[in-house]
Amino acid sequence: MTFFTETWIVFARSMRLSLRNPTWVIIGLSQPILYLTLFGPLLKPLAPALGTANAWQLFVPGMLVQLGMFGALFVGFGLIAEYRAGVIESMRVTPASRTALLLGRVLRDVLVLLVQGTILTVVAIPLGLRAPVGGVLVALLVVALLGAAFSSVSYALALNLKSEDALAPLLNGVAIPLLLLSGILLPMTIAPKWLQDVSDINPLKHIVEGVRALFLGDFGGSTTVWAFALTAALVAAGTWYGTSTFRRESS
Amino acid sequence: MTTIITTNELSKTYPGKRGRGGPVEAVRSVDLEVAGGEIVGFLGPNGAGKTTTLRMLTTLLEPTAGEATVNGFDLRRDAVNVRRSIGYVAQAGSSYPLAIVGEEIVDHARLYGVERSVAQARTTALFAKLNLAGMEKRAVKTLSGGQRRRLDIAMGLVNEPPLVFLDEPTTGLDPQSRANLWEHIRSLRDDLGTTVFLTTHYLEEADALCDRILVIDQGRIVAEGTPEALKRRISGDGVTLTFDDAAQAASATTVAGAFPGAQDLATEGSTVRFRVPDVGRAIPSLLRELDASGVHLTDVEVRRPTLDDVFLSLTGRSLRDDSAA
Repeated sequence: MTFFTETWIVFARSMRLSLRNPTWVIIGLSQPILYLTLFGPLLKPLAPALGTANAWQLFVPGMLVQLGMFGALFVGFGLIAEYRAGVIESMRVTPASRTALLLGRVLRDVLVLLVQGTILTVVAIPLGLRAPVGGVLVALLVVALLGAAFSSVSYALALNLKSEDALAPLLNGVAIPLLLLSGILLPMTIAPKWLQDVSDINPLKHIVEGVRALFLGDFGGSTTVWAFALTAALVAAGTWYGTSTFRRESS
Repeated sequence: MTTIITTNELSKTYPGKRGRGGPVEAVRSVDLEVAGGEIVGFLGPNGAGKTTTLRMLTTLLEPTAGEATVNGFDLRRDAVNVRRSIGYVAQAGSSYPLAIVGEEIVDHARLYGVERSVAQARTTALFAKLNLAGMEKRAVKTLSGGQRRRLDIAMGLVNEPPLVFLDEPTTGLDPQSRANLWEHIRSLRDDLGTTVFLTTHYLEEADALCDRILVIDQGRIVAEGTPEALKRRISGDGVTLTFDDAAQAASATTVAGAFPGAQDLATEGSTVRFRVPDVGRAIPSLLRELDASGVHLTDVEVRRPTLDDVFLSLTGRSLRDDSAA
């Protein structure tokens, strides 16, 4: 049996479980819409101060990156529930590739993110978003890759910690500073110098800027290329951490 | 007969944690052999190292020392082939509460490379044998504890492995289901030649089901043999005599003490306990002697040695106390 088949079996199983839980579907789909309708309007009067004509071109890319990070970072909780039910061990005792056990789940998360990201973007159009289609599609691809990286990390952390009580504070402790220093909600260009300097070490900040550039139709500029490179690095690091954790015999 | 499992000084030591004492030797240099078509039982109290050994043999846990061969494959170097050739039923369960029963078991089979249609046919057959017929469309969480345990067992067998590991298979089952499962495990051996390696802390289970028992305590195998052979190690059957009062018990103690072959004599209030070989022949003459000494017997109880006596004589502790705690 091939690695692809094994990944597909794990993916299909995870997808079925997600779709069977309607609460999850409703919350997952409504959250981006809540952000757009309840937070987006606050940015509109600020657009000139932020140096843009269309505030949605700033806000929607930020929301997409946030989706890619937060949507994926908390998937580990589901894995702990599966671990507790004995599912992970019962899969680990099969000859299936350990990487497939991880990748099938990550692909489910990526697909979910793509659907959420598409809805978010489409809903923003009647609100006033204008952006080139090509740029939006590449931006969604970046978000999908980002989601793959964060979901791998989340699964690996979950498998190492095996406890919701340990995972929750760790994820929040990492996610909140990452979010605040990323310029996702408001661009870092309006920040004081020291805050800009601190935020420069956050790869997400550069990725957000790259996705914003994509929404302006900039595919080859240094901001965009930086975002691609950092996303690729995050994917490499995240999947390496994920697969090495899943491969270890005793986890 | 072919050897299915061989271990050589298999050991697992967990490193100590700061402030919580030194390293824990969960399994210490276990040497064991299991032949094809055997039902072998690991008998021991909780924490004896049964599950740890099983988790090592099923590739879930890396041994800290020692080697093992399972189905001809080296545990460390050829883990994937070991996995391909075994089934495993964990103590903790194997299915997700929100998942659908039939999908969970078919997916499990497909991870072994079993075709979907074949997996479905096997599920139907296994469910019929394990009293789960018609449960395929139910959510796992709607099953009773016993049904869920039987689903775990079906999942461990759905890849039709020549060797299956069962960790405390009948925990949580009612006596009827337990007897059914024993029957099913025996038929695996008799009809398919499957080798079964199980752990249990139920004496009755080890006695009734296992061809051979490995007694494990504090990470070491302290004895092994057929249930009969293990029980023969205990010299004699237990006799308990009860009298109206302590004075009569004292006189009876003198009689019992002089009785040929009597040992482990203990008097407690109006009760006298001892062991005597071949109790069936001994009892009539014992009763005559007691009669002649003028004591009035109110109750007599004779007990064949059990595996608990074996465990008690090997370790100084009772398994029953452990399982009751």
